[in-house]
Amino acid sequence: MSESLLKVEGLCAGYGRVPVIRDVSLSVAAGEVVTLIGANGAGKSTLLKAISGLIKPTAGTVIFDGLDVTGTPPERLVRQGLALVPEGRMLFGPMSVHENLLLGGHTQTPEGVRGALERVHTLFPVLAERSSQAAATLSGGEQQMLAVGRALMSSPRLLLLDEPSLGLAPKVIADIFAVLDGLRAEGLAILLVEQDARLALRHSDRGLVMRAGHVALEGTASELISNDDIRLIYLGAWHGEE
Amino acid sequence: MGSAELLQFAVAGLKNGSIYALVALGFTLVFGSTGIINFAQGEFFMLGGMLAVFFVKLGLPLPLAVVAGVLATAVVGLAFERVALRPRRDSGPLALIIITIGGSMVLRSLSRHAFGGNELSLPAFTEGASIVVAGAAIERQALWVWGLTIVAVAGLSWLYSKTRFGRSMRACSLSHEASRLMGIDTARIVMVSFGLAAVLGALAGVVVAPLTQTSFNVGARIGLKGFAAAILGGLGNPIAAVVGGLALGLVESMSIAFISSTYKDVIALVLLLVVLFVRPEGILGRATREKV
Ligand SMILES: Nc1ncnc2c1ncn2[C@@H]1O[C@H](COP(=O)(O)OP(=O)(O)OP(=O)(O)O)[C@@H](O)[C@H]1O
Ligand SMILES: [Mg+2]
Repeated sequence: MSESLLKVEGLCAGYGRVPVIRDVSLSVAAGEVVTLIGANGAGKSTLLKAISGLIKPTAGTVIFDGLDVTGTPPERLVRQGLALVPEGRMLFGPMSVHENLLLGGHTQTPEGVRGALERVHTLFPVLAERSSQAAATLSGGEQQMLAVGRALMSSPRLLLLDEPSLGLAPKVIADIFAVLDGLRAEGLAILLVEQDARLALRHSDRGLVMRAGHVALEGTASELISNDDIRLIYLGAWHGEE
Repeated sequence: MGSAELLQFAVAGLKNGSIYALVALGFTLVFGSTGIINFAQGEFFMLGGMLAVFFVKLGLPLPLAVVAGVLATAVVGLAFERVALRPRRDSGPLALIIITIGGSMVLRSLSRHAFGGNELSLPAFTEGASIVVAGAAIERQALWVWGLTIVAVAGLSWLYSKTRFGRSMRACSLSHEASRLMGIDTARIVMVSFGLAAVLGALAGVVVAPLTQTSFNVGARIGLKGFAAAILGGLGNPIAAVVGGLALGLVESMSIAFISSTYKDVIALVLLLVVLFVRPEGILGRATREKV
């Protein structure tokens, strides 16, 4: 692997005095897709929040694009090319789809916004159709597309995605992963958190398994898919081969 | 009661109502970006009038003194947020609200020390007798009150709905976390909203000073009225604050006309309680805030 775009070392973080993640190290190379799997409460979302600056790490370092960005607030990190699609999407519900996208492009020049808007509308044509509709009135799938589209408006080089498939129908999940594959082909690096480990790993280069706040296991996607423990714990509900 | 007399009361109601509306807009702005009620809002009103008087005494021509009074209050508003509130912004809304109450006391006593305890007056913006319309006399200063209210409301609506900054303010009022992920500097939005709230309060304070006189202790009463107006409107958007302010002014004025002036101030409170009871979301408020 070439020089990493994101390098996390010995990261610890939590809420108030309560530590949640401890000594987490990982890296994502430019253009690479890495999936984080782990049980509910393992600390996946907390890790993404600590990387993106929403919560301040208590120890460890986050290097993005060669710069130490540990504890840098998200409003600065997004300018450097790191965007987070948070758990639960956090759309601006009463505002229109168009305004949500414009907010996503807050850090961009007017020309940049125009270009990014065109790109997002091409990736998710439904967002162009629903431009003036309030975000809160979109279907779950459309909301997730808006959340991803909004993050792409900042033209990131690394996208952190927290459970994009949550609560969506299989068909919609397939649509979203098809778009992620497209972004991957364009060279966007993605750090993905997913409950559906098998699905996510099929669209990834590598994977990490988190357990109780630290990384318990990591490997290439195919290694993890064929790992017996993983099969048992995280892919247990899955039967048969395609 | 004759129609001319009734009209006279309506004029007075709309005049006071506009003042309440400006102060209510200040509450709405700060509530939007922070989720807290700024109980120092009335002191911005007080400072606007007092500082304008001060600048007139310094020898500035009236228009300049008025502008200087409003701008100086804006600086106070910005500094108040930066110095008193921002360092404690993680302490939760209750702590911040208490800080605004403390801040209002500090501003009031500073004003008393600086400008004395007497009633002060500011010259009318335009000299001349009242204008008589259909038997009702309208002071020229009342036209200034309405004119400035309209300009302020239009300006604010434009800022809110048409500009990139206004869009960030609305985003901030929905979620600070999501706004920060977009790259919005929420701390700056909060500070600017205090500055704008101070401008609106001060504007109300200077424009009404020629009509009522002013002193270091006018802030609490007007703060209460503006707060009631903001709640009446629903703390939602600029238009709601204006509707709340005008409604309150008219109800007060009509209660003087038909009941008694003794109960004028009580009316605001009763109206507030009734609205909170019957329609907790305010006249124009949304029943529940939509959130995704
Ligand atoms: N805002 C918060 N304040 C306090 N504790 C929190 C907060 N958010 C999460 N936690 C705690 O941190 C731990 C890890 O939560 P986190 O959301 O990171 O898990 P997760 O791996 O993303 O789980 P899930 O798969 O359910 O999303 C949990 O024990 C949770 O209760
Ligand atoms: Mg999570």
